Amino acid sequence: MGKIVKVLKVISSLALFVGIWELIVLTGRYEPSLLPSPVKVLEGMGELVKDGTLITHFKVSLSRFITGYTVAAVTGISLGLVLGYNKKVWEFVEPVVQLLRPVSPIAWFPFIVLWFGIGDVPAIIIIFIAGFFPTLLSTVSGVRKVDPAYLNVANNFGIRQPHLLFKIILPAAFPMIANGLHIALGTAWVFLVAGEMVGAQSGLGYLIIDSRNSLRSDLVLAGIIFIGISGLVLDRLIKLLEGYIERQWGVSEGRRN
Amino acid sequence: MYISIEKVSKAFTLKDKSTLTVLDKVDLYIKEGEFICLLGPSGCGKSTLLNLIAGFDTPSTGTIKINGNTVTQPSIDRIVIFQNYGLLPWRNVIKNVELGLEAKKLKRKERRRIAEEYIKLVGLSDYKKHHPPQLSGGMQQRVALARALAVEPKILLMDEPFGALDAMTRMHMQDEIERIWQEKKKTIIFVTHDIEEAVFLADRIVIMTPSPGRVKTIIEVPLPRKRDRTSLDFLKIKDKVFTEFNLK
Repeated sequence: MGKIVKVLKVISSLALFVGIWELIVLTGRYEPSLLPSPVKVLEGMGELVKDGTLITHFKVSLSRFITGYTVAAVTGISLGLVLGYNKKVWEFVEPVVQLLRPVSPIAWFPFIVLWFGIGDVPAIIIIFIAGFFPTLLSTVSGVRKVDPAYLNVANNFGIRQPHLLFKIILPAAFPMIANGLHIALGTAWVFLVAGEMVGAQSGLGYLIIDSRNSLRSDLVLAGIIFIGISGLVLDRLIKLLEGYIERQWGVSEGRRN
Repeated sequence: MYISIEKVSKAFTLKDKSTLTVLDKVDLYIKEGEFICLLGPSGCGKSTLLNLIAGFDTPSTGTIKINGNTVTQPSIDRIVIFQNYGLLPWRNVIKNVELGLEAKKLKRKERRRIAEEYIKLVGLSDYKKHHPPQLSGGMQQRVALARALAVEPKILLMDEPFGALDAMTRMHMQDEIERIWQEKKKTIIFVTHDIEEAVFLADRIVIMTPSPGRVKTIIEVPLPRKRDRTSLDFLKIKDKVFTEFNLK
C-alpha cells in the first residue's frame, strides 16, 4: 500500500512538472526553439535512442566516468588512510587541500589541455579532481574518528602494522568512506558533463553542445533528461552498496536486548 | 609476588596546565590465580590502575612488575575486557574470537578450532555467524570473554565488564566468570563499583577512595565457592564493605 502511494506521488509530481511546462509552451509567448514542448522533446529522445547516438555517447561518458572515478576512489582512499593515520603530516598537508578543494575542476581546464591535450584524458582528469577531494576528506576524517577502543583492542592482541591498517582502521572507517564515495559519485557525474562540454568530441556533454550548435533545443533538453536519469540510476546503485555495507557493519541493524 | 604494584602514582596535566593526581602511591601485591576486585566510586582511579597494569599507560612514579618484569607496554598475556565489549562490529562472532589468534600466526584451521572451542565454553555455539550488534549485551560480553581466553592470557583485566547489563544478566555473567576462572585458573583483576558483585567474586576486595585515588583497605573474602548471595556470611562481609564506605 505504502509503495503504491509512493509511486503515485512520484508520477503526480512529474506530471505536474510536465503539465506546467506544456502550459507555458501553450501560451505561445516563447519560440519553440527557445522552449521546445514536452512532446517535441520526447520525440527527440526517441530519435536519439533509435539512431544509436545516445548509446554511443553514453558508453563513452560511462567509460570516462568509471576510469576517473575509480582512480579518484583508489588514490583518495589510500592517501586518506595514510594522511588520517599520520596526524602531523595531515596538519601539514591540510591547508593545501583546503585551498584546492573549493576550486571547480573546470578552472583547471586550461592547464589540463596544455598538459594532456584533448580527447578522453581531460574529461577523465576533471572527473578525477571532482571525485578525489570528497573521497580523501571523508577517508581522513573516517580514520581520525576510529573508536580508540578498537585501537586499544588491537594493541592488546599484538596486532601491528600493516595488519592494523587493513584489519582495524580501514574497516572501522569504511562506513564513512562509503559515504564519501557516494558524495564523490554525485559531484563527479556533474563535472563529467561539464568536462565533456569544454573539451571532448563525444559523450553526453558533447551531445548537448553538438545539439545546440545544430540549433536543436529539443535534443539539448533530451540530453539533459538522459543525464539526469543516468545520474539518478548511478546514485541509487551506490546507495544500495552503501546500505549493504551498513548492514554488514551492523550500523543500521535493530538491536536485541 | 606475581604482580607487584609499588608506590604507583599517576598524574595527568590538564588543559589549564594544572595537574590532577588520579592515583597516589598505590601499593598492591597479587598472587597468581587470585581473583581481585578493585572497588570504589567513580573517580577513585580504579580504571586508571587497570590501564597501567595493562600497559596502555605508564605510571608517573612507581613500578608495576609482573613475574619480576616491569610493565612497559600491552601484552597478549594480559587481556583487557571493556565495559563496551570492544568487539569489531564488521566481524562475526567467530571472526572476532579469531582476532587475537591471527596475530599469533596460527594456521587458519587451527584458529578456527580454537575459536570454536572457546565459543562453546561461553555457550554461544549457535551464534557463530552473528554480528555483534545482533546480539544482546550479555552475549556480546561472552564473545569478548571468548576472544580474550582464546589467546590463553595469564591475566584477565576486567574494567566494569558487566556495568552495562541488567541485574539478572549481570548475575548470570558473574556465575559464568567464576566458573571460567575456576576452570582456567587465571589471575583476574576486576574493576567494579557494585559491592555485591565484589563480595560474590573476589578473593580479596581492594577498596579505593577518590581524589586522589588511594587504597583504603583490603578485605579478605574467605567464603567457599560458589557463594550464596543471601547467606548470612555473605551479608556479613557485605556489611563490612558498607561500613568501609560509611554507607551505614
